[in-house]
Amino acid sequence: MTATAGRVLRQLTHDPRTIALLVIVPVLLITLLRYVFDGAPGTFDATGASLLGIFPLITMFLVTSIATLRERTTGTLERLLSLPLGKGGLIGGYALAFGAVAVVQSALATAVSVWLLGLDVVGSPWLLLLVALLDALLGTALGLFVSAFAASEFQAVQFMPAVIFPQLLLCGLFTPREAMHPVLEAISNVLPMSYAVDGMNQVLQHPDITGDFVRDIAVVAGSALLVLCLGAITLRRRTP
Amino acid sequence: MMNYEPGAPDTPPPPPPTSAIAARGLTVVRGTRTVLRALDFTVPSGSITGLLGPSGCGKTTLMRAVVGTQAKVTGVLDVLGHPAGDPALRPRIGYVTQAPSVYTDLTVRQNLDYFAAVLHPGRAHRAARREAVARAIDDVDLTTRADALAGALSGGQRSRVSLAVALLGTPDLLVLDEPTVGLDPVLRRDLWNLFHRLADRGTALLVSSHVMDEAERCHRLLLMRDGRILAEDTPDALRHRTGTATVEEAFLHLVDADRADADRTGDHATDEHPADETAAPLTTEEAPR
Repeated sequence: MTATAGRVLRQLTHDPRTIALLVIVPVLLITLLRYVFDGAPGTFDATGASLLGIFPLITMFLVTSIATLRERTTGTLERLLSLPLGKGGLIGGYALAFGAVAVVQSALATAVSVWLLGLDVVGSPWLLLLVALLDALLGTALGLFVSAFAASEFQAVQFMPAVIFPQLLLCGLFTPREAMHPVLEAISNVLPMSYAVDGMNQVLQHPDITGDFVRDIAVVAGSALLVLCLGAITLRRRTP
Repeated sequence: MMNYEPGAPDTPPPPPPTSAIAARGLTVVRGTRTVLRALDFTVPSGSITGLLGPSGCGKTTLMRAVVGTQAKVTGVLDVLGHPAGDPALRPRIGYVTQAPSVYTDLTVRQNLDYFAAVLHPGRAHRAARREAVARAIDDVDLTTRADALAGALSGGQRSRVSLAVALLGTPDLLVLDEPTVGLDPVLRRDLWNLFHRLADRGTALLVSSHVMDEAERCHRLLLMRDGRILAEDTPDALRHRTGTATVEEAFLHLVDADRADADRTGDHATDEHPADETAAPLTTEEAPR
């Protein structure tokens, strides 16, 4: 598992532009957001915190789906599966590597938001980081899973609007989930991103760990684990 | 995998232990197409078996079945004493696909380090891994490019990286799918010399090619066409049997005889083969043996 994680990170070190994009783009976007809501700091607090949870999910989804798709198309996946490597080891290695990237990404974005942009967080910024990390793992899991259904990079990228955007619309970022049509609210209740965003808002508004927060991170972590297992099923040693 | 127990009443006795691969009634279906039709063959240990035939005849599918990555395989396929695809075989087989399967965004050494770590994980094996990596790089003659990105190498060099990965675990069986495509004559000779050294060490090699002149470098040949095996013999015996001068001519002869067999609907095709004059060897390189 650590061998695979090390290899994935080593691949990234040969690609400094991707690292720069992964780390800098969220910071720039959150800065942009701060000045979009220049006249309404309260709105920036709510939206900014939510976005801190959403960025890692989206970027890790994209990076993982492309990376695993490449493994499938270049034959390295077939080679790995013909070696004594467990599927759990491979998936765990990816989760570990991109989890580490997500920590760096989220730490930077959170630090900039809280210290430079004046994001008003009542709870501990460390909890923001924890939620961001779990979101990143969920993104990695989803990316791994959908890459099994993509035959090309074109298709893989198209899965982003298909899988992520509905969650983005329903997660409570644009309007409180209670205000949505009851059917949509019910759907949003079973989408993991809703809990990711709610977890961020719990930290934003409460000085201590709330029961809702614990439920939120449990749901996000559980979904990530479930999707990772589904992803493992899509890795077949024998293919037609 | 539908490997039947060798003890079942209607199966022949198990093959002698010297054969690395033994297939009986090996059939593979891909989609609606039957790609391999009830093949019987053996691949002995300590020798090079060439798998020859035109592209699309099922060579790669046969190799994938042996390695255990092919779905919908029926019949008996024993590899190193286990049914093909058995987890116990994974560290013992080296498989090189036709397209080099290495990470283009890692250096040659980083690629090998990673696959070596997958084969022999743990800090305890660190020194052994380093040694295995250095030897594999040397075997494929890439020492001077060891720290170059695999993506920056030429096609032939990259396929040698892929070969080096397969050599890492000193496997008992090497399955090589067109390993010499795109290589210059000197390198091809060097690689075939390497294959012979490996065979001398006791490794079984199954090497596919559609270039017939490489057949002369193999100990034994499996000639394939349309998912069937036309002949299984030594190059000498094949030439002798068909009364031809090269394996290529022997192959063409066998194809014609086979065709004649197939459309024996009254009209008897002649036994001599009309391709004689056109059967010039594709390349005229000396066998290194």
